[in-house]
Amino acid sequence: MTNVRVAGVGLTHFGHHPERTSRDLFAEAGLSALDDADVAAGDVESVYYGNFMGELSEHQGHQGPLAAEALGVDAPATRYESACASSGVALRQAVRDVRNGEVDVAVVGGAERMNNLETAESTEALAIAADDLYEVRAGMTFPGAYALMASAYFEQFGGSREDLAHVAVKNHANALGNDHAQYQKEITVEDAMESPPVASPLHLYDACPVTDGASAVVLVGEAYAESEDLDAPVAVTGTGQGGDKMALHDREDVATSPAATDAAEEAYEDAGVSADDVDLAEVHDCFTIAEVLATESLGFFETGEGVDAARRGVTTSDGDLPVNLSGGLKAKGHPVGATGTSQVAELTKLLRGDHVNSEHVPDATTAVAHNAGGTVASAVVHVLEEVEA
Amino acid sequence: MSDVRDAGYDDFVDALADGEGYYVECDEGHGSLPPRRACPHCASRDLSEEPLPETGTVESCTEIHVPTPSFADDAPYVVAVVDFGPVRVTGQVLADPEDVEIGSTVAPTVTETATEGDRLVAFELR
Repeated sequence: MTNVRVAGVGLTHFGHHPERTSRDLFAEAGLSALDDADVAAGDVESVYYGNFMGELSEHQGHQGPLAAEALGVDAPATRYESACASSGVALRQAVRDVRNGEVDVAVVGGAERMNNLETAESTEALAIAADDLYEVRAGMTFPGAYALMASAYFEQFGGSREDLAHVAVKNHANALGNDHAQYQKEITVEDAMESPPVASPLHLYDACPVTDGASAVVLVGEAYAESEDLDAPVAVTGTGQGGDKMALHDREDVATSPAATDAAEEAYEDAGVSADDVDLAEVHDCFTIAEVLATESLGFFETGEGVDAARRGVTTSDGDLPVNLSGGLKAKGHPVGATGTSQVAELTKLLRGDHVNSEHVPDATTAVAHNAGGTVASAVVHVLEEVEA
Repeated sequence: MSDVRDAGYDDFVDALADGEGYYVECDEGHGSLPPRRACPHCASRDLSEEPLPETGTVESCTEIHVPTPSFADDAPYVVAVVDFGPVRVTGQVLADPEDVEIGSTVAPTVTETATEGDRLVAFELR
């Protein structure tokens, strides 16, 4: 089994780009990743592409080949759809193929175009990540589903809206210098508390924005990296995926995300690390409560004890375990199909030392990416380690 | 979309509207909602339809202010996950949001959306 190196990463600006097609967004991110890797398009043996709502937003199915040709790559290409975890699961498949030696050079990424839809249309498109028959038809929205998780969490474990506001404030602060981020604007706890309600107890500032954007990473086998003399100091050393029932009401508990716990345990075991070894993490904070659930699933905090981590300064940029130094989905933005690989792109840069926030984690060697689909009916976790200084 | 029925789901809503709600139970006692050919919890294929208890308890709830287009004229409204013991069901609570809280007792019913007149699973406070 060969080790998998991240040879290069690429990101578009995440934000409001209603006029740009997904193919164009992905071309920018993918070509930038190939340039960063110093790998020629002709060497790419497989393309793994994540996208969620392309049929609804762009009337486009069968997007794998479109993604490959956007990069000038003539190779097998497949689209992966797992709601907001689409490029995360694409990455997992690529990691396994490179490990197995079936593929030496892979491009993995994703793109999403959402702002060409009206807000109501994009709300509807996002809602289909829930169970249509028994959730969407009852009037559930995506924020509504996470609100149900937040209400149940507060009831079972305590915590407050103000605790969640600190998550939003932290992630906005982290995004300030990130040129890829949708929001480079500081907010206060008061701003978050006073923002309009979306689905109680969640307010506008508890939610990530609607985002257009793309991300990509180039994965290579270690032998290829050595033979081509690539500068690829970061390796993907662990991968894990978990699943749960589609509808919240079919889960054992509405206030936890066991699919992410399963994914994390698998990824840690795969990498031979534990939660204590993790220096920084990018987690799926589509809503502030989602970051709390994620950090508990990843084993950073006991169940019910993660809600005030941002407030206590544990997960802030100067804390013991910085979470979402990129700004997270909350402030960097959440172009659904692009999110999973964007987390890995940000972590790679943070570990390499060429991220605007690398100064906060100068000695970091181990990082974790957590990408969730739906209300965490899908979860995928990857461990990244710096293997060459 | 056409008006073709969704077998299982529409039968469930019909029954609920007639006051004869049911759920699917496996031989291990796990509850789920139709259509099912295997228990989602233990894979048992020995399934039967059992009467839905007359009341359940709100396990979690939210007041939705920003709806999808299909519920534009309905907002704000309360969505709840209701625990009926062997099975849980998601639906709207037909009550003032201030009167609905975790632990509230509710009974299942069926209502129509204000926006498009679509049927949906709902609950009334008891």
